[in-house]
Amino acid sequence: MSKRRSLTEAQCVSLAQKLLRERLCHQKLPDRPLALDSQYKHLLELLRRTAVHGESNSVLIVGPRGSGKTMLLGCVLRELMSLKEAQKNVLLVELNGLLQTDDKIALKEITRQLHLENVVGDKVFGSFAENLAFLLEALKKGDKSSSRPVVFVLDEFDLFAHHKNQTLLYNLLDVSQSAQTPVAVLGLTCRLDVLELLEKRVKSRFSHRQIHLFSSLSFAQYVDAVRAQLSLPPDFPDPKFSDAWNHSVTKLCEEKSVEEILRRHFNSSKDFRSLHSLLFLSVSRVSVSHSTLHEADLLEASRLISADSKAIILHGLSILELCLIIAMKHLNDTYDGEPFNFQMVHNEFKKFIQRKSHSIHKFEKPVVMKAFEHLLQLELVRPVDSGVCKVQREYQLMRLMLEHGQVMEALQRYPQCPTDVKQWALSAFA
Amino acid sequence: MKIHICLTGIKTIILDCNNISQYSVFLINSALMNRRDIMSAVNPDQYSYPSVFIYGHRATGKSHVVLSIMKDLELPHASVDCVECVSSGLLFHQVLSAFFGPDAAALLPRCPSLSDFVRLYKQMSSNSPATQTRYIILDRAERMRDMDFSLLPALLRLQELVNDNVTVILLSEIVWEKFRPNTGCFEPLLFHFPDYSKGKSLVQILSWDHHPSYTPELYASYINILLGVFFSVCRDLRELRHLAVLNFSKFCEPLEKGEAKESDIHKLWKNIEPHLQRAMQTVYLREVSSVQWEQQQMDEKEATTLRVLSAHAHIELPYYSKFLLIAAYLASFNPARTDRRFFLKSHGKIRKTNFLKKHEKTSNHLLGPKPFPLDRLMAIFYSVVDSRVAPTASVFSQISSLVTLQLLSQVGHDDQLDSPKYKCSVSLDFILAISRCVCVCVRLLDLLALSLVIQSQVVRQERSLFTAVSNLHLL
Repeated sequence: MSKRRSLTEAQCVSLAQKLLRERLCHQKLPDRPLALDSQYKHLLELLRRTAVHGESNSVLIVGPRGSGKTMLLGCVLRELMSLKEAQKNVLLVELNGLLQTDDKIALKEITRQLHLENVVGDKVFGSFAENLAFLLEALKKGDKSSSRPVVFVLDEFDLFAHHKNQTLLYNLLDVSQSAQTPVAVLGLTCRLDVLELLEKRVKSRFSHRQIHLFSSLSFAQYVDAVRAQLSLPPDFPDPKFSDAWNHSVTKLCEEKSVEEILRRHFNSSKDFRSLHSLLFLSVSRVSVSHSTLHEADLLEASRLISADSKAIILHGLSILELCLIIAMKHLNDTYDGEPFNFQMVHNEFKKFIQRKSHSIHKFEKPVVMKAFEHLLQLELVRPVDSGVCKVQREYQLMRLMLEHGQVMEALQRYPQCPTDVKQWALSAFA
Repeated sequence: MKIHICLTGIKTIILDCNNISQYSVFLINSALMNRRDIMSAVNPDQYSYPSVFIYGHRATGKSHVVLSIMKDLELPHASVDCVECVSSGLLFHQVLSAFFGPDAAALLPRCPSLSDFVRLYKQMSSNSPATQTRYIILDRAERMRDMDFSLLPALLRLQELVNDNVTVILLSEIVWEKFRPNTGCFEPLLFHFPDYSKGKSLVQILSWDHHPSYTPELYASYINILLGVFFSVCRDLRELRHLAVLNFSKFCEPLEKGEAKESDIHKLWKNIEPHLQRAMQTVYLREVSSVQWEQQQMDEKEATTLRVLSAHAHIELPYYSKFLLIAAYLASFNPARTDRRFFLKSHGKIRKTNFLKKHEKTSNHLLGPKPFPLDRLMAIFYSVVDSRVAPTASVFSQISSLVTLQLLSQVGHDDQLDSPKYKCSVSLDFILAISRCVCVCVRLLDLLALSLVIQSQVVRQERSLFTAVSNLHLL
């Protein structure tokens, strides 16, 4: 029987936080990706054939943001590297479309990661053409039996399609089609129409194999996933604490209010990333004094995530700026959303001051202009042709970037809003 | 170090510092929960979320709170202001030198790309792994949208790209929806710094810089008067502090002269209120500098009018230039078909036509000046000027100098020498001021009055406009 040091409560909470945070925000790979079994098997099989049998392959993994593409790939690669034959042979090259924004940079990165002979330390010698020729020669020299298979992982694949002439893609896919070094080209992308971006010659060399990651979870499975994500693993050092924690999590998931919150999130997006941010915000409120998760935590986290930021910004505007926004709203209603300029807004504002207002002081035009420019700075109002215009500032056409409903809602919450301003906003005619 | 202790730890640490951090104590102590949320979300000893986005109005304490937290807890951080980073290489340089020293930053090649930065970062962090979370704070992050398109999405997921415990904190005035790239990105956690309420917070903060020789209650009443004038226009804490500092000596003048006591709030209010109204039209708009404002307060015996920046009234124009400018204004804002009616001596019968086009919803004065050809300008000029003017080169050169002064603007290409087109870029107030200077005859005033009449009419009032036109006796 092994002796276990009993940990203090504070240490337990800290360790629990660490585990959960690693899972939720540090993207620790799970043992097995949830609800992606068939895709997992497919991908593993493909890569196994390249690694062990020397078949060249190309495949695209397509799915919306946060659906688990990188996670799936990570799990598959982890299992692949655990195979003995693959471990010794396979070379892995990882490229990212955000980092390697140019073919030249991408080529240097490939040469560096493959440790070819023209790399000394970190520096790659030679021009783009020389590097390309060198790489292709190195790849072409091999054949199925004697050379090491190379796996190219291209993250943000759609960004590679924007490079000039799509040189890199063409060459990689060309190598994968001809009987040379066994090469597997894996692309990960969030665009469903990625094939439209490829040139004809590149598209024809691609094997048109796509793995789609569309989440097919039902709500019950979603709640199960929440419970699984929040539970502590069985090898936690203090079993009493972890049992109590898991029990409280199970009870939490059965509560009505929590189910409502989860259903709201499930209805807006099923992907795991938004779920992780919700759970992260609730887990981060756990501390020594507050050592279990309550539904208030989830409620607060949900409220933070679903707040309307533009309405919040409207809360902090001055009265003059708010009046200008109401004037713009009236102009939009009268002229059906046509762009307006500062003179028109000022005209509406003057009409309000003269006829209906008692509490708003009559401000000079330059003061009103300064308030208008503040709204421009906050990007609540945007010029129609954003660029240098030869029109005077007062006559430049603008559009309001707020909706009718947002303005009315902001008015309700505005602190100490004068009643005549509210009446003006609610009236149908200016 | 648990989160709870961490929070109380902050309170004790900051209380030791001097007056400036009173502001931080106030912010963290205030009942606004989200500051605690930020603290717990970016816990330094554990993994934290890869990116955090903090937004709020100007001067709500965003940079101040984040930087004071970093300094007081002595966390490894790199604070970069995106306005300074003209190129992304400057950003990389600052981040690497803040985390790994200037030698690491010197390893960056010329014009480093994001790929070089990530590679170097990975190298450096494997040599010196992080014991605590590293923070990169990007102030005024809205400028990053104009830099390389891949910089913002890459920085948002920097944690997974470099495989290190690093968090990127973005601070901005503009909401997150305007940042999101087209194909999406890693969504950061969003936190909002709320603005101040007038009664509780704003007055309290502004009263902190009270003058030592007067009581805090006097200063508080001064702040209340100031807010009464300026709060409906501007809520920016910095502006209000600036105005408070500039005008306080004027407020205390009656007290120094012995005319009033500290409790005579009404008298003090009567003294300062017109002064604050004038400040709104000058210093608040930056029409005069604060030095000029203070000087003007000192020699206040003669209530001199301030030489204001944008009042063109003190521009001295030659005699004919004034007429040219008036003619240009009339040409820009009166439609061409009305010229015959206004400027010809005998225009025959006045026809009852649809004067204004049916679909012209707004008057010309709302839509802006229209371009006019040179010939039209000269025609109106000759009918407006009271003496006979020969078309010499000196008259024409005055038009070019008006363009240089940006009182007129040229429309169309520079090469068009045949019939250049111009537009008037001054306002009606300026034209009225000029025409008052010029010894003007009745006729000119009528034309300007008519222009005003056109300005104030909207579509429906055709008939009254028609009668107004026929009533003006144009000789």
